[in-house]
Amino acid sequence: MSAIIEIEGLGKKYVIGHEKNARYETVRDSIAHFGRGVWQRLRHPLLPNRERVDLEEFWALRDIDLSIERGDRVGIIGSNGAGKSTLLKILSRVTEPSTGRVKLRGRVASLLEVGTGFHPELTGRENVFLNGAILGMSHREIRARFDEIVAFAEVERFLDTPVKRYSSGMYVRLAFAIAAHLEPEILIVDEVLAVGDASFRKKCLGKMGAAQSEGRTVIFVSHNMQAVKQLCNRGVVLRAGGMSFCGSAEDAVDHYLKGDKGADSIANLTDAVEMLPNDPVFRFDEIRLTQDGEEIDRVDNGKALEISMSYRVFKETQGLRVYFDCCDAEEVLLFRSFHDEDCDTIPTVAPGSYRSRVVIPANFLGPTIYRLVFRATIYNQRTLPPVSGISVLLNVEQAGRYNRAYLGDTFRGKIAPCLDWKTEPLDAR
Amino acid sequence: MSETVIESSRSLRGTWRDLWLYRELFFFLAWRDLLVRYKQTAIGLAWSVITPLLTMTILTLVFSRLAGLPSADLPYPVLVFAAMLPWQFFSNTLSMSSTSLINNRNMVSKVYFPRIIIPSTSMVVSLTDLSISLVLLACLMTWFGIAPSWRLLALVPLTLLAALTSLGAGYWISSLNVKYRDFRYIVPFMIQFGLYISPVGFSSSVVPDEWRFLYSMNPMVGVIDGFRWAIAPSPGALYWPGFISSVVLALILFASGAAFFLRTERKFADVI
Repeated sequence: MSAIIEIEGLGKKYVIGHEKNARYETVRDSIAHFGRGVWQRLRHPLLPNRERVDLEEFWALRDIDLSIERGDRVGIIGSNGAGKSTLLKILSRVTEPSTGRVKLRGRVASLLEVGTGFHPELTGRENVFLNGAILGMSHREIRARFDEIVAFAEVERFLDTPVKRYSSGMYVRLAFAIAAHLEPEILIVDEVLAVGDASFRKKCLGKMGAAQSEGRTVIFVSHNMQAVKQLCNRGVVLRAGGMSFCGSAEDAVDHYLKGDKGADSIANLTDAVEMLPNDPVFRFDEIRLTQDGEEIDRVDNGKALEISMSYRVFKETQGLRVYFDCCDAEEVLLFRSFHDEDCDTIPTVAPGSYRSRVVIPANFLGPTIYRLVFRATIYNQRTLPPVSGISVLLNVEQAGRYNRAYLGDTFRGKIAPCLDWKTEPLDAR
Repeated sequence: MSETVIESSRSLRGTWRDLWLYRELFFFLAWRDLLVRYKQTAIGLAWSVITPLLTMTILTLVFSRLAGLPSADLPYPVLVFAAMLPWQFFSNTLSMSSTSLINNRNMVSKVYFPRIIIPSTSMVVSLTDLSISLVLLACLMTWFGIAPSWRLLALVPLTLLAALTSLGAGYWISSLNVKYRDFRYIVPFMIQFGLYISPVGFSSSVVPDEWRFLYSMNPMVGVIDGFRWAIAPSPGALYWPGFISSVVLALILFASGAAFFLRTERKFADVI
């Protein structure tokens, strides 16, 4: 049997103008721009075309080849800007690819954002019909499933209330319910499970499970690795517009969390620092992560983690700051720590070599994966290169005091400070 | 099993197929526009009665009483009202369709459907207004003792002609509006301007004969003359060269507008 979705050499190019101050062009601007261009031409007929230079091509997606079988539930993961949304937009035909082709053998319904086309003035009932039609259901289909949709969304009492008076939870439930009852051959879902209360989430998971047993194909984009592992059997990792991994969902999540080819591992940190571009003001010389003075590749959360950054400053600079961001695996920033965060006035750094050291205390990090990003900046002026920072993934192992009697318990927080609990009996009998 | 191929260039045949597949959406969106129009209004439907009646009164006062223009074959209020029907239909459709894509931005950037449905549905709301106004016209005709004739049937193709004109312009402006937001400022100006250069407040017979053909380059002239001709009890002959040029121009406007829209629609989601 042939694949339900075949993607060949898919690419999407955006052209970014460098006159990006105004989001919408106006005719006046265009004419002025055109006039300037003509004037340039007349004055310097032999110069290369300036207009071309001003525009930069940006490939949001490039050379994607993928074939998805009927009944597959494919999780698509990748950091922000990796091209996930662009891929979904092409699959749901909202935007056209610049290269390549996609063959879809079945009806596609997309939930790029639930509630698309909901009109706030219309009642819940009216919106069910309208939204259903927008998502591609016929009048007959909507009528046949109307009761089911309403029951699923639990909004029976508010059917004749304009949705602008709905709580956001009700709104999302209704919107998801409509889409969940579409019964397309291919369902595209983006980040919907992030919203809604626990019991509703459970229902959604059930619905997606049912979609699978009915042989439906689901494409699911999420930052929630747990949900991807739970719901999907295949996983695709996108990175900077390209496909960096395709395999089972578990492997894809692992691959994503570990980063590609170990590029972000602690062992690679030295290489990463050496490859930095030069800057007239500042240069990182070395970044070391140690525990008990020894080099590590995994972090033991029972011991303090020593961070040491060596760098050179070539010019006297006020407000030069080295710092690091501590993020979770989904790249949510947990905290940011600066070398001079405990100063009363902005210090001036004289030229020379420096080493800044800091310690993340023992019994603070949880048994999970963190990303540390090292950066330097001149306050209120510019970020020093590399602007994206030097990134390293920390695999933290549970060895600390926190929760140590319950090792099998799922870690549910972002950090695990072992707080000073005191429990005493109140009625000593 | 339907098979869809997504490529960087879409075939025209695919467009027709999609239009057929999504035909119900056209009615749903029109129904939504109608519903929304009268939500949270105090007098609702009465607006579509009050506005044309007031405009008619003012235009009659200005052009007939103050300017003293001739009324040709009809009592002056009927002459004005007969012109206002297609004119309001035209201006409403145009102003609604030209901003329609922007107003439905989130739909355009989130789901696929043939985009041309959006500006086209504006016509349905205007058609409803037109039918309400037709009832008013019937009342006026009874009041002035004008008997209807078989020529009333001509109102159907004439309305179609007005629809083609307004949709043609609407397609042009709504698609240009996606990229150049200043087109929405042009529309109110066009409508205001059009009210004076179209024979709404006066009969086109006041235009000197040597200018008559040039004057008919405005497709709405043909439509308005046609409406009056269809209503008048004993009209003079229709000015055919002008009428035919109106029809041809309306067809060109519609075809070019639709072609431009279909050619640019695939970029809408990227720039809107």
